[in-house]
Amino acid sequence: MVKAIEATGLPIVHMCTIVPISKTVGANRIVPTVAIPYPLGNPELDPKDEKELRRKLVRKALKALETPVTEQTVF
Amino acid sequence: MSKKRIVHYINQFFAGIGGEEKADVEPEKRDGIVGPGMAFNAQLKDVAEIVGTVICGDSYFSEHEADASDAVLEMIKSYDPDIVIVGPSFNAGRYGVAAGAVAKLVDENLHIPVVGGMYPENPGFELYKQHGYFVEVGNSAATMRKAIPAMSDVVKQIIDGKDKITGYMPKGLRVNVFKKERGSKRAVEMLLDKINGKEYDTEYPMPTFDRVDPAPAVKDITKARIALVSSGGPVPKGNPDHIESSSASKYGKYSLKDIDDLTPENSQTAHGGYDPVYANEDLDRVLPVDVIKEMLANGEIGSLHDYWYATVGNGTSVANAKKFGTEIAKQLKEDGVDAVILTST
Repeated sequence: MVKAIEATGLPIVHMCTIVPISKTVGANRIVPTVAIPYPLGNPELDPKDEKELRRKLVRKALKALETPVTEQTVF
Repeated sequence: MSKKRIVHYINQFFAGIGGEEKADVEPEKRDGIVGPGMAFNAQLKDVAEIVGTVICGDSYFSEHEADASDAVLEMIKSYDPDIVIVGPSFNAGRYGVAAGAVAKLVDENLHIPVVGGMYPENPGFELYKQHGYFVEVGNSAATMRKAIPAMSDVVKQIIDGKDKITGYMPKGLRVNVFKKERGSKRAVEMLLDKINGKEYDTEYPMPTFDRVDPAPAVKDITKARIALVSSGGPVPKGNPDHIESSSASKYGKYSLKDIDDLTPENSQTAHGGYDPVYANEDLDRVLPVDVIKEMLANGEIGSLHDYWYATVGNGTSVANAKKFGTEIAKQLKEDGVDAVILTST
């Protein structure tokens, strides 16, 4: 899906936990996340800290979209 | 000839420990066979025997790869094997990646042959193919009865010391060989055979690279229109489109207009294959709607596409995923979207 979307010229950032799979599949902008069942959260944190963690990850993803890359890059 | 010693690596599911809820079990070893090992022993009974089985939860392996690798390698080593069998892991992504990583560990540290079984699209195959003889198997455990004889056949060929082992998917390695005829002559003969429609054996099959060039970066994200897509199965409560929990045949398109936060009341995951408790408690953990809406309000992003798109990545075929991606991209472009965030579980 990542590749098919990027093939149309739209920059796309893949936020995922298993980075090797994302690389194999061919994502070009990759942001590693927390864990498979909760990529953008952590149930062990209190809700405020959890949201801050998610905010940071999404900001990183936005930064990745603003960053020119020439090859597969893990942010 | 004494029987060869085999160690078998399997995950928590095939060991009968449990499904996704037990995917975080730590490595353990058991003497003799467990689960599918019985069928291997039946096939190999004259020449080899599974002396020990090493088990690890798929999530544990992928989330603690260094610790799991050390432990699994020590356990395998303790049985002093001649050959290691991993899987078969069909099209199970994490199991395939773990089985492939075990193949690499054994190949690089113990220098003994490894035989595995994977569906060709399993990411574990692409990552680790040069470290073992991976037999092509079906995409689900329903094909176990075919997988075991095919994998056993490769094990037997290794034990027999065959020069040219057949029946596995290419490792992508080049091997040096000496031939009587020089290369130019062989090439011309091959070309003539090809022109004449005769069969010929290429000495260097071309790899199929399936890569997409990175799209240009967004110049100013605070002016960009962003869209959210996920393969983690985030859907409105009740899964109105009945997106399948695995091998999805469709994706859904859902309005973000009236939602600022995903809650157990308005949303859930449709994804099978991982423990859904955390996603169902707070689906923002899969699709960050709460923070993206906040960023929209405070100007960190320019605007937001009115819909999110969701499918389930679990065992979904590459062909379907490609089709979904193409269709989604078309709708995003029509709406003037500049960049996409895609989350996966």
